[in-house]
Amino acid sequence: MELLTEQKLILLEENANKIRSLIIEMLLEAGSGHSAGSLGMADIFSAFYFHVLNHDPKNPNRPDRDRLILSNGHICPVRYAAMALSGYFPINELKTLRKINSRLQGHPHRTALPGVETTSGPLGEGLSQAIGMALAAKLDDKKYRIYCVTSDGEHEEGNTWEAIMFAGKLKINNLTVIIDRNNIQIDGFTEDVMPLEPLKRKYESFNWQVLEIDGNNIEMFIEAINEALAITQGPTVIIANTIPGKGVDFMEKDYHWHGIPPNQEQAKKALAELRTLQGKIESEHQ
Amino acid sequence: MLNPDLKLNPKIFDIDAEKKPTRDGYGEGLVFLGGKNPDVVVLTADLSESTRCEEFQKRFPRRFFECGVAEQNMAAIAAGLGVSGKIAFISSYAAFSPGKNWETIRTTIVYNNSNVKIAGHHTGIMTGPDGATHQATEDLAITRCWPNITVLVPCDSLEARKSTIKSADVQGPVYLRFTRDKSPVITTEETPFEIGKIQRFWISDKPDAAILATGYMLYYAIVAAFELEKIGIKSIVANVSTLKPLDKDTLISLGKEARALVTVEDHQTTGGLGGAAAEFYARNLPLPMEFVGLKDTFAESGSPSELIEKYGMGTKDIKEAVKKVISRKYPRS
Repeated sequence: MELLTEQKLILLEENANKIRSLIIEMLLEAGSGHSAGSLGMADIFSAFYFHVLNHDPKNPNRPDRDRLILSNGHICPVRYAAMALSGYFPINELKTLRKINSRLQGHPHRTALPGVETTSGPLGEGLSQAIGMALAAKLDDKKYRIYCVTSDGEHEEGNTWEAIMFAGKLKINNLTVIIDRNNIQIDGFTEDVMPLEPLKRKYESFNWQVLEIDGNNIEMFIEAINEALAITQGPTVIIANTIPGKGVDFMEKDYHWHGIPPNQEQAKKALAELRTLQGKIESEHQ
Repeated sequence: MLNPDLKLNPKIFDIDAEKKPTRDGYGEGLVFLGGKNPDVVVLTADLSESTRCEEFQKRFPRRFFECGVAEQNMAAIAAGLGVSGKIAFISSYAAFSPGKNWETIRTTIVYNNSNVKIAGHHTGIMTGPDGATHQATEDLAITRCWPNITVLVPCDSLEARKSTIKSADVQGPVYLRFTRDKSPVITTEETPFEIGKIQRFWISDKPDAAILATGYMLYYAIVAAFELEKIGIKSIVANVSTLKPLDKDTLISLGKEARALVTVEDHQTTGGLGGAAAEFYARNLPLPMEFVGLKDTFAESGSPSELIEKYGMGTKDIKEAVKKVISRKYPRS
């Protein structure tokens, strides 16, 4: 991974903001989909696609690529937007999301779109698949890294804990897990629906290394990713505290935006806000 | 008579005919594959010995993964291995895999087209004393309904070994069905085996009926045909070792020759071989059919032979079904 310069950081923040605008546009066009989680993870996906991942958008099946597994498939708009922006496919294609004959399925499908590593949507299954890829890399003596993005809500699935137990047992150290800790799920706040805390202590007791960061701070995220790369005694999880709906004032921290798209008027308002934010990023770094 | 072209076990009707569980053939197949292909990996969920993975585990410890009692995790880890160049076999009891982890397999292995072979053990009422919780009697129904999967049901331990080995050549998901108790070895090393091929194990000129059998129940069907011949009823017995994709050409020719058909399986008669055959013939060649298998009920603890008798799935029941289907063939006579 290259060094993170001030200039690169500005680019990553700007790209995160562009990703947010693309998410709003594609969800408006699709007429359904998940707004809050997608917007909340724009910073992390910008960091992944434009800094962290060893990948080649023009050669998505390159064997030595890093694997980015999106376990909580419902926030795929953020992944699709980041992929399009980094050159996997034309930005125009984002408008086909959730439509007939599209490669951009409502929940991502591996064989439909090159660069999507797993088929996901049903929760709690991504971490196990990431572990399988990590084991394959070890058997083949390959150096690529496995990153797995999970949601906080899917930590209510038994399968997630089966996988956490397994990775702790085998001390899988070529795997970094990121939890989108945005505290919301469909039926409400996670701590009301099914308390997850103390999440950090739970992971620690399963023999994982735990880092906790502000998931909307790109600099902090990249620092944590680098720190995780240096940890070899076992698997590492980064608990990324994010703001659901981040960047769009009327969506932020409101769980009602978990699974719905904006209407025409709301999209207009959101895009205007994101344009203002773009100016702010530029002026803040001057 | 036994089909001479298939070089079947000539001692099949002897009292001391060799008997072996089909799961043994799976274990032997894994060891063979392990030595031949470094990409073959095996996972189990705390059932290494009884699903016959132990020898593979001993010989290839780096490529064996013990997942503990966690069938969903086992399936999805295998999915990750299967899209990363590995051929992953997952071994558990079918009641749990593909029973308990059905959706995980559907999403991460089948829809995802990952190169995973799902070995379902302890299938059918043959599982015996463990009781209905452990007797998988719906596994064929819940796997063959998936698009993009191959479903194999070997009839004896030798065919089980061949099926296991051949399954590694299929690029994508395969379900393999195995049984716990010993059953007669019907085939020999020389008996040809091909995925997707239905073979006639028992043949007659101008047959009155055809019997389609799958798994170890094929033996009961052959014995039934042998005994029926003594009373002048002629039949063909075909081994459906591949339930999906179905061998359409052979099914058509069997239907045209016999014009009456009985299916035989250690599975619910809905959804398994009986269901598959009924769907096929309803579309292509409507004919009278009878179904031998578990009839919309759970079984219970008991020895396999006691259960076969109590639930009406033995030689006697097959013979009755054949007579009944023939009577339906000529409704006016």
